[in-house]
Amino acid sequence: MSRIVRVASGQGFWGDWLEAPRRQVEGGPVDYLMLDYLAEVTMSILQKQKERDPAMGYARDFIGAVESVLPAVVERGVRVIANAGGVNPPACAAAVRAVAAKAGAADRVKIGVITGDDLLPRLDALIAGGHALANMDTGEPLSAVRDRVLSANAYIGSVPIVEALKRGANIVVTGRSTDTALTMAPLRYEFGWGDTDWNRLAAGIIAGHIIECGAQCSGGNCLYHWRDVPDLGNVGYPIVEGHEDGTFFVTKHPNTGGWINVPSVSEQLVYEMGDPSSYITPDVVADFSSIRLEPAGENRVRVFGIEGRAPTDKLKVSIAYRDGYKAVGSLVYAWPDALDKARLADRVLRQRLDRLGLRFDQILTEFVGADATHGRLAGDAGRDAPEVQLRVGVRGHDRAMVERFTREIVPLVLNGPPSVTGFAAGRPKVEEIVAYWPALVDKTVVQTAVEIL
Amino acid sequence: MRVRLLDIAHARSGDKGDTANVGVIALRPEWYPVLAAHLTRDRVADHFRGVITGGVERFELPNLRALNFLLHGALDGGGTQSLKTDAQGKVYSTALLRLVLDVPDAEARAAGLPPA
Repeated sequence: MSRIVRVASGQGFWGDWLEAPRRQVEGGPVDYLMLDYLAEVTMSILQKQKERDPAMGYARDFIGAVESVLPAVVERGVRVIANAGGVNPPACAAAVRAVAAKAGAADRVKIGVITGDDLLPRLDALIAGGHALANMDTGEPLSAVRDRVLSANAYIGSVPIVEALKRGANIVVTGRSTDTALTMAPLRYEFGWGDTDWNRLAAGIIAGHIIECGAQCSGGNCLYHWRDVPDLGNVGYPIVEGHEDGTFFVTKHPNTGGWINVPSVSEQLVYEMGDPSSYITPDVVADFSSIRLEPAGENRVRVFGIEGRAPTDKLKVSIAYRDGYKAVGSLVYAWPDALDKARLADRVLRQRLDRLGLRFDQILTEFVGADATHGRLAGDAGRDAPEVQLRVGVRGHDRAMVERFTREIVPLVLNGPPSVTGFAAGRPKVEEIVAYWPALVDKTVVQTAVEIL
Repeated sequence: MRVRLLDIAHARSGDKGDTANVGVIALRPEWYPVLAAHLTRDRVADHFRGVITGGVERFELPNLRALNFLLHGALDGGGTQSLKTDAQGKVYSTALLRLVLDVPDAEARAAGLPPA
């Protein structure tokens, strides 16, 4: 039997279950704990925090996670890989070091810090050098919104993580690594997969895709026979058991809830999928149409047959920029005729906004309980609903107008249609919109660096 | 025979910018050919007319017994700009499963499809 490397997923996004990392290292054997914290707009939130305090700008949850798994790291050799560094991996590493020191384990923790993905300080030089960083969806050059850019990070691949592991790091902290590289890198390192070992590298990426959203492949958010998913209260997060030839098994610890079966893994495979034949990463282009799945016992699925090919010469860049303001307010109308009352309230509200001369880029009304999630496809199911929530959102570039809108919701309780409640939260909050600008940049422009602390 | 997609498939959806994707997976292997034959790009585009503002792309994954649909202009601008409750397209999956297919009787019986 070939050697097995176990990579456990302990966090699918920033805000995921705080219990999960510790449960993964305590529930059974694992070699690596992989924690994914970054979504498209997370970097901009972190950038705002860093502007306020230069020692911030990383996922703070990670420090608590490290604290909860430190005994496994120092006593059993479990290695942790996380993109928790956000826009400030060195500050994140310093916080990890402080936690290790507090636990008296400073000398047994080697932190690998990966930088080079942050393009914000280099943005003007890049644009001047002919890199348009055009929006992948609209084709517009970045210069159009340059003065409003908050953060700009290239998605980087497995290479610097592998180097950090080679140099002995047992906690690796990255910035904007791809989610999938966090799983592929340890498999690549352990099995010595080569730079052009496309099929195996692609297998590692697909292993990463399956477990990068945590429990979403092990029974969480699982539509397939959802009533039958056992014991979600005790859900087990997924583990990849990798083999040298690129075959891997998806499983979870014994005595945990949820389930892992071909349908649960299939649901996660199609999540956020584009063209399945070309899943592009910095390391390899993976072909999802080559994936084979088969049941391999209780809560165990075998994944094999995966094919990949050479990557492109570009890296994707995740850019965030300020794009105006928004606010969303809501009220609840009760039976009888809840939907009609909510509709009347919406008309009254719009009449008042209009009379005030407020202009917005958009006003969106939804009737929660009738049409909010499926639109007209919901039919007339909301007609005799016991209650309907009126939910109105506005978006615009004039903050004062959005602010004024927030004052027009609550008065409807006394001066609008009857049978209304659900206003306890008071006036809605105005939020700045941080929008997402996807772009491509030549690979040669981005040089990553690995430091071992 | 009329067949509810909800009775023969499960699904998951997600977002990429202003595009929602819906992966539709046959509940039984022998039902995948029915999906492949009848759940066409046009059929799905028609289903979402007035709900999304852009076009529909379709990809086949016989290895997973799945189809993947990209619904463009589905998220009111997408991400943080969107004012929608479902700004990330999480429940477009079940919106697609509302679709009802017309499958020739002989084919439906041969595949053992549950009638609507």
